[in-house]
Amino acid sequence: MSSETQKILTTDGIPLEESLKKAEKKNKIKAFLLVCPLLFFIIITYVFPIGDMLFRSVDDRMVTNMLPKTYKAMESWDGKELPEEDVFAAFYQDYKLLIEEKTFGKLATQLNYEKNGFKSILKKLQRKMKKFEEGNYKEQIMDVHKRWANVEYWRAIKRRAPEISYSKYLKGMDLIEDESGSITQVPEDRRIHRVLWLRTLEVAFFVTVFCFLMAYPIAHLLATLPMKYSNLLMICVLLPFWTSLLVRTASWMILLQQQGVVNDFFVWIGLVADDNRPEMMYNKTGTYVAMTQILLPFMVLPLYSVMKTISPSLMRAGKSLGGTPFVAFWKVYFPLTIPGIGAGCLLVFILAIGYYITPALVGGASGTLISNQIAFHMKSTLDWSFASAMGLMLLVGVLAIYWVYNKLVGVDNIKLG
Amino acid sequence: MALPKYTEIRYRVWHYIYLIFCAGVFIFLIAPLFVIFPLSFNAEEFLVFSDGMKKLDPDAFSLRWYEDMVYGTKNPWGLAAKNSFIIAIFATLGSIVLGTTAALGLSSRHMPYKGLIMATLISPMIVPLIISGVAIFFFMAKVGLAATHTGIVLAHIILGTPFVVITVTATLSGFDHSVTRAASSLGSDPVNTFMKITLPLILPGVISGGLFAFVTSFDEVVVVLFLAGLENTTIPIQMWTGLREQLSPTILAVATCLIILSTLILVTAELLRRRSERIRGININ
Repeated sequence: MSSETQKILTTDGIPLEESLKKAEKKNKIKAFLLVCPLLFFIIITYVFPIGDMLFRSVDDRMVTNMLPKTYKAMESWDGKELPEEDVFAAFYQDYKLLIEEKTFGKLATQLNYEKNGFKSILKKLQRKMKKFEEGNYKEQIMDVHKRWANVEYWRAIKRRAPEISYSKYLKGMDLIEDESGSITQVPEDRRIHRVLWLRTLEVAFFVTVFCFLMAYPIAHLLATLPMKYSNLLMICVLLPFWTSLLVRTASWMILLQQQGVVNDFFVWIGLVADDNRPEMMYNKTGTYVAMTQILLPFMVLPLYSVMKTISPSLMRAGKSLGGTPFVAFWKVYFPLTIPGIGAGCLLVFILAIGYYITPALVGGASGTLISNQIAFHMKSTLDWSFASAMGLMLLVGVLAIYWVYNKLVGVDNIKLG
Repeated sequence: MALPKYTEIRYRVWHYIYLIFCAGVFIFLIAPLFVIFPLSFNAEEFLVFSDGMKKLDPDAFSLRWYEDMVYGTKNPWGLAAKNSFIIAIFATLGSIVLGTTAALGLSSRHMPYKGLIMATLISPMIVPLIISGVAIFFFMAKVGLAATHTGIVLAHIILGTPFVVITVTATLSGFDHSVTRAASSLGSDPVNTFMKITLPLILPGVISGGLFAFVTSFDEVVVVLFLAGLENTTIPIQMWTGLREQLSPTILAVATCLIILSTLILVTAELLRRRSERIRGININ
């Protein structure tokens, strides 16, 4: 018998298989159309802008666009000796245009990043250029300041020729590309970013540990108490969870200040002298205490939802088989809660690593984290490409943590309480 | 939680240590919120408990900071509250509409590339806020929506939809699709089926997702700090500036109002959660 004769046909005479496929396809399109509005909204307003950050962080066309003729003339220059007249002439024309457009200040700032000392000689050149005569620009420019006759400065200009630069990423790690093109560390007094990265990791790690140590017992209590008591206690976890972050930070600022309630309490029980109240805010202590309390619900809720599903008879079985309560806990109960621990730790760690508001308010100078630095460059120095580079480095770190977590525990275990 | 009578003494001790530790953690969690309460009624300008307050002297308490919050001429709290509510309400509506439609598509078993699309949709929840803030700011600046209400609403829709998507997909996971098929076979068109059958059943999930979106928007400060101009100031921004410059009792009055608001939201969310668990047939006991 051939297979053809076995095919089941629908009433229309079409093979059932084909008909099903058609219906399936229709359903697929329907489902996709439902997702479409949000998907495109997120892609356009969120995913692309993150890609835009990547572009901004390496984009270095500012100087290239300001000195188009110079870079064209420099193409044939080998960079060993001072450039020829054509480069000087091109530079003169480019710079003259910038002066007319009144954007020459930007060039000075940019070139000064590359090599110190550009700002003053560019200003001087701008003043003297009005009296320049036609022809022989090399001589005239070199007469303005002796640095213009220094080949180092011309090499610095040439280094800014490429349209793409990784210098912002290097800067984020306190590295710099020196004149010979090799990567070295910046001088010791200017290494600020590595300290911030390490501090961010340290704070996120310890906040996660503190949260875990505090959340595990209370999640266990909530999961084992009878419903009517646990519901009441659950409010203690959920009310802070729903309360504004700024309100909670404000309450810690009141509690931790030098005349605050916590210090009053310490004086009252005689732990510290009244005239020697410790500073608990505007340093790392404040950051740790406030962040732990604020992030604690994010640890309790996943732990609770996992512990809720563990049958109490398992512990009883462990004990009846001769284990002490500790052995029964460690060998039976604890391994079952690992998905909850994983989810809670991941949530808290990732929230802590990107924390901004609380450290900025209670952290002081020694409690600020990498996010504060990003915000600082976004709002104060307006070095957006550097802020983008740091943001993306942070993002890569977060995604790496997700990847590791997914390998170890599986992302599907995350619950929202 | 009572221990059996035969428990050895050392385990009894451990048990009490455990209970005391738990009590300490609960106090650590909830007590900070209650400090704000009495201090917002302080008659003086300092943020410490005055001697009069400790003795419960009625003169030491006053409503002056609440008056200042409402009528204070220099205080932009009125504008901030108005902006906050407008932005949060529109952002919540947007999140609910976009998030629910997407969740309906995602929970269909015919959906292709489910994992990848889900990851994209909930990414704003996973990525640290500061990065989202930078990215969204670049976008809004490019399309000319920085420092506008529209821009902030759109930003908050981005941040709020993941919650709606997650809660509604969770509700739909226990959804019996044969009821919609039954409706269709009885001649109902898809829109009618959705409005009369699906929506009432998933409503608890939609509302609790909406509450998350509302709170996210109402409490959001990182992204707004990048986006907002003077006209778009919100309550979180005012609190942020206030806390940075000088901690005034007026902020505590505002904070007290916010705690009351969050208590209301908590109660609503809890009631909804229980209702949805009942509907989904999960026995909570």
